[in-house]
Amino acid sequence: MGPQHPMTHGLWNMRVQVDGETITDAAPEIGYLHRGYEKIMEVREFQKNVVLTDRLCYVSSITWSHAYCLAVEKMMGIDVPDRAKWMRVISLELQRVASHLMWLAAFGPDLGLLTGLLWALRERELFLDLIQVMAGARMNQNYPRIGGVRNDFPENFDAMCRRSIEHFREKLVEYRKLFHDSKVFHMRTRGVGRISTADAIDWGVTGPNLRACGVNVDLRRLDPYESYEDVDFEPQVWKGREGGDSYARFICRFNELEESCGIILQAFEKMPKDGAFRVKPPRRAEGEGFARTEDSRGEALFYVCGDGDDRPYRVKIRSPVFCTMAATPIMLRGNKLADVVAILGSIDVCVGEMDK
Amino acid sequence: MTHGGSHPLLAPNLFEVCKVLTLAILGLVDVILDGLGGAIPPLADPLAGLSGFLLSPLIVALLTWLIAMTVMLLWATLFNLLTVMWIERKLYSRLQDRYGIMISIWSLPFWPFNRKDRPTHKGTGYLQNVADGVKLLQKENITPATADGAMFHASPVLIASSTLMIFVALPWSSGFYIAQLEFGLLFVLAAFSLAPFGILVAGWSANNKYTLVGGMRAAAQLMAYEIPMILAVIALTFSTGSLNLFEIVAQQDRPLAMLGPVAIPAWYAFGPQALGFLIFTVAIVAEMERIPFDIPEAEAELVEGWTTEYSGMRFGILFGFKWLRMIAGAAMIVIMYLGGWSGPVFATPIVAGVPIPIVPEEAWFLLKVWFLCVVFIWISWSVPRVRIDQILQIGWKRLVPFSLLAVLIGAGARVVGW
Repeated sequence: MGPQHPMTHGLWNMRVQVDGETITDAAPEIGYLHRGYEKIMEVREFQKNVVLTDRLCYVSSITWSHAYCLAVEKMMGIDVPDRAKWMRVISLELQRVASHLMWLAAFGPDLGLLTGLLWALRERELFLDLIQVMAGARMNQNYPRIGGVRNDFPENFDAMCRRSIEHFREKLVEYRKLFHDSKVFHMRTRGVGRISTADAIDWGVTGPNLRACGVNVDLRRLDPYESYEDVDFEPQVWKGREGGDSYARFICRFNELEESCGIILQAFEKMPKDGAFRVKPPRRAEGEGFARTEDSRGEALFYVCGDGDDRPYRVKIRSPVFCTMAATPIMLRGNKLADVVAILGSIDVCVGEMDK
Repeated sequence: MTHGGSHPLLAPNLFEVCKVLTLAILGLVDVILDGLGGAIPPLADPLAGLSGFLLSPLIVALLTWLIAMTVMLLWATLFNLLTVMWIERKLYSRLQDRYGIMISIWSLPFWPFNRKDRPTHKGTGYLQNVADGVKLLQKENITPATADGAMFHASPVLIASSTLMIFVALPWSSGFYIAQLEFGLLFVLAAFSLAPFGILVAGWSANNKYTLVGGMRAAAQLMAYEIPMILAVIALTFSTGSLNLFEIVAQQDRPLAMLGPVAIPAWYAFGPQALGFLIFTVAIVAEMERIPFDIPEAEAELVEGWTTEYSGMRFGILFGFKWLRMIAGAAMIVIMYLGGWSGPVFATPIVAGVPIPIVPEEAWFLLKVWFLCVVFIWISWSVPRVRIDQILQIGWKRLVPFSLLAVLIGAGARVVGW
């Protein structure tokens, strides 16, 4: 299946071996979109790399460029102003909601439910509008900066967010009717693409996909960055008996939509009303920076090494989807051919960050 | 002015109406031939013989059949197919919170439609499907190099002709039909179940892994759902005692009970056949491959299923005839369970011995058929797709036992005289 197949969310190939309709084995083939990020970043200045990291995943740009900025800040030893930290929390969560809505939009047609696509994209528009007001762009926003964020929030931004979130929460009820209450949806996702907790940990599955196995890991809780330790939120973990299937992954991500909205509202409450939103970073730096963040798809990791020049000596990126993809054969084996799409849709593939 | 029962618009039937047309055309030809014979005397004798031959009963009947079939074909494809496709595209667009097709007739590039002062994209979009058809006609017909050419080309013909065959026996009112068969129901079901062979041939001959899987799925699914469908029909025949579609409708054309001034019609869906009605509806949704059961062309994993390798108008025919099968399926449900063309208002004033149907039977029938189509469309755009093993499970483990139960109920109701 792939690389030119309506199933693939991007350019990659899934070699599936079937016995009739049952999958006996599968092997992901990736690399069609490899752009050599880690190498390109070595020849650009620290600040200019933010633009590149935006393009790692075109669906959740801010989370990636933020992870990079965090690593560089740690290397340079910069203390980000308090207000900038809160602004980053808000932008990250806005981006997370937009990214999850994109996943929901793709998951619908994977199961044959095209209505889900258009509904989710309709609500994604709300958050893209907010991001546009905030950063000036709908895609590849280039918003986080080393030492803070690019610009201050526009006037009345909190009121705009509140209004959008209020509207969005009403719409979430409709989604529940479309997905949760549908018997066919349960038939297609329950017990499908199951991965055991031990396997998931062994293969490096992270983020919502690991939380769906019942493991309470959320880097916003375990290793808080920015202001997440001051935010009161509940990591969405599958609490049922048998997790690790498509349904558990769906539920975890879906509940995160609501949770992220809560975080945004809280952040506006707790944010200092004024203060600097950026400090000037030094041009050259030496040392090592290492940052891991909770990306919308799992644990994103950046390792930046500087040798005193104005550009990194070495950059290492860990993509959550890359690791999750390695575990997909385990999820696929024994399922039916039609489930390939349902399972791969549920783990939220982003080829941009997977191929780097 | 008196009130009769409900009355068809095409009275007494399609054949007689077309015969008037045929006789008018032949009369015109006769006049022309007579004139020619008068002008050129040596040709008068052969021309008189020709006009005599043309007006012989055999030729008149043959030409009338041709015209009647053309009328039915155009009625089914040009009117019903286009309308239902348009309803579907508009309705699911509204379900998805968008406008859908909006091209208006003023977007046509030639006179008298190419007016600059009219909006081209604020219409109803009814002709969009015609435009799509014209576009598909212009496309190249590609035959894959590894395909079995003869079979590959034969299967669209097989599917299209078997689908059109349904409409030979399918009446649209007590007058609008081509053939009044004693075993009409059986014929329609037989014509309906011919298509899986075409699908199987299409899936196999294209020599593509997706079409092969799609064709196999289609065959497995359609054969699994044929059985509960037939069983439901058997249950129905206990009540009707006939396979004649006209008689089945006539039996339902009476009130079952009165709720004040409102009469509940004696439709078979309301009686002991209610279970059979549900089973037949589910089975027919599966037969026409709509979304909860559209696994043969599950575009998520199989690209376009068994139609993947077809291009141009061949694809258009296969694609469009799915709607035609939907119309036929809905019409069958209406005839068998929802009272056919009998309407709730029987106001047919008879003026000077000629009944004038204000709301003719055809209108009631179309209304019911389109309403059922809307229900099917609504369902198919609000649920995900069922998997192949689940679909077969539903078919064999749920529908077949329930349809046997429906047969039992039907037979029991017959015994106690319900």
